[in-house]
Amino acid sequence: MNIFDVIGPVMIGPSSSHTAGAVRLGNLALAILGEGVKEAVIGLHGSFAQTYRGHGTDLALSAGLQGWATDDSRIPKSFDSAKEAEIEISFTTINLGDLSHPNSVRFWMTGVNGNKCTVTGASIGGGRVVVTNIDDFPVEFSGDFPAILTMHRDRPGAIALVTSILSTQGVNVAQMKVFRKQKGGLAAMIVETDQPIDDAAFEVIGKLPHIQSVRRIQLV
Amino acid sequence: MEEKLSLQEWIDLAETENKSFGDFCIEFQAKELEMDKRVLLERMEEMLHVMEQSVVIGLTGITSMGGLVGGNGKKIETYRAESAAKSVVGSVMSKAIMIALAVGEANASMGRIVAAPTAGASGTLPAVLFSLSEARGSSMDELGKALIVAGAIGMVIASRASLSGAAGGCQAECGSAAAMAAGAAVELYGGSPEQVGQAVAITLKNMLGLVCDPVAGLVEVPCVKRNAGAAAQAMVAAEMALAGICSVIPVDEVIDAMAAVGNAMSCTLKETAQGGLAVSPTGILLANKLFAKVES
Repeated sequence: MNIFDVIGPVMIGPSSSHTAGAVRLGNLALAILGEGVKEAVIGLHGSFAQTYRGHGTDLALSAGLQGWATDDSRIPKSFDSAKEAEIEISFTTINLGDLSHPNSVRFWMTGVNGNKCTVTGASIGGGRVVVTNIDDFPVEFSGDFPAILTMHRDRPGAIALVTSILSTQGVNVAQMKVFRKQKGGLAAMIVETDQPIDDAAFEVIGKLPHIQSVRRIQLV
Repeated sequence: MEEKLSLQEWIDLAETENKSFGDFCIEFQAKELEMDKRVLLERMEEMLHVMEQSVVIGLTGITSMGGLVGGNGKKIETYRAESAAKSVVGSVMSKAIMIALAVGEANASMGRIVAAPTAGASGTLPAVLFSLSEARGSSMDELGKALIVAGAIGMVIASRASLSGAAGGCQAECGSAAAMAAGAAVELYGGSPEQVGQAVAITLKNMLGLVCDPVAGLVEVPCVKRNAGAAAQAMVAAEMALAGICSVIPVDEVIDAMAAVGNAMSCTLKETAQGGLAVSPTGILLANKLFAKVES
């Protein structure tokens, strides 16, 4: 946490958790999808489900999926803009269980190139957010750092190859976490870094053995 | 879990280094962020400009998303303009009330604001900073430094307790905003680091236990008026601290007490709209009316 988490963000009201956090969750979901959104079903849980309209949470999530910032004055009109861009966004209420944060949301997204992705996250106060699940992998990251997300085969060396590419590019790893569903099966890895990951490194990582897909998550 | 910060530790360091708390915080934060001091101050000044704009938006007399608030900042503006003799609290605090309401109303109508520390409590800091800076003729630099002091106080509260109504009740939102504003006010008036800490402790003690009970779950009632109350509490505490009055309970312990009170608070009183004013007969009536409107 730093001083700008307390003084800021500059945002469109009325709620840092229900509006600004919602924009950021939309931004992260868009980055994780890795391409423009064509269609999204957004499930709202807990307090999000109860009060989303009065807080403009729905407008904020839609704005976030269009890549807008938390202080974009177009947010109150984000549905109109989505319609113009032919992005289909619908809302539903869901129950993610008692253990889920009351301000949780799940995005079921289809991108303009046909890729599908499901992202779950929570707005944890003051505009700060955490992504908790991507395509059934339990993950945990905040979007505060530049990050890459890999889907890869759980094999010896798969992780080391990625980190070695980063190190040759002078990119320092701040935090990383690896998740797998079963030994030797599909695994996911989130690497949060101090420096942004440039195009060259990103492309090389995508071509490494065992790597199925890699996505770059960089919020401004 | 993030590391627990200590406000007293920072205060002691500032006192030892013989610096104002503002100067200490700006150096400390610039180092932490690997940012030039000038750049950090400029970023704070940008925030202050956004805050000024929020006041302007609020004073146009807009109505909120839920339609429960709006136009009250303007009412104070008009009342102030009529005659100084009519003011119960005097010109400076009356101005603070006006600004707090205006920013709260701008926020509730999806206007642009600075969450400081949250959107629901965004009226408090601008209210205290701008009413006092006008009275004192403070420079933008002095205001920026005061804002950094406020931010540092908020960081400590976030690390030991919470800044979110859902986690700690309104004491964590308006209470924290008031504590941050009180510290900023002491800095603006040339108080010592120790006095900044006293102002924070006194404010939080006076706001302890405040519940978060928004009608219909919206950041409108009672949030907007509570910002005016929080601004007043901040000024009351700053006045006491500058006069040399001390809190019997040390500041970090007060913050910890706030955390404990927040934990002990029923969930119905933590932003869920299931307790307090939210379930008063009128609160329920308004909620039903609003939800009927959105369902149709």
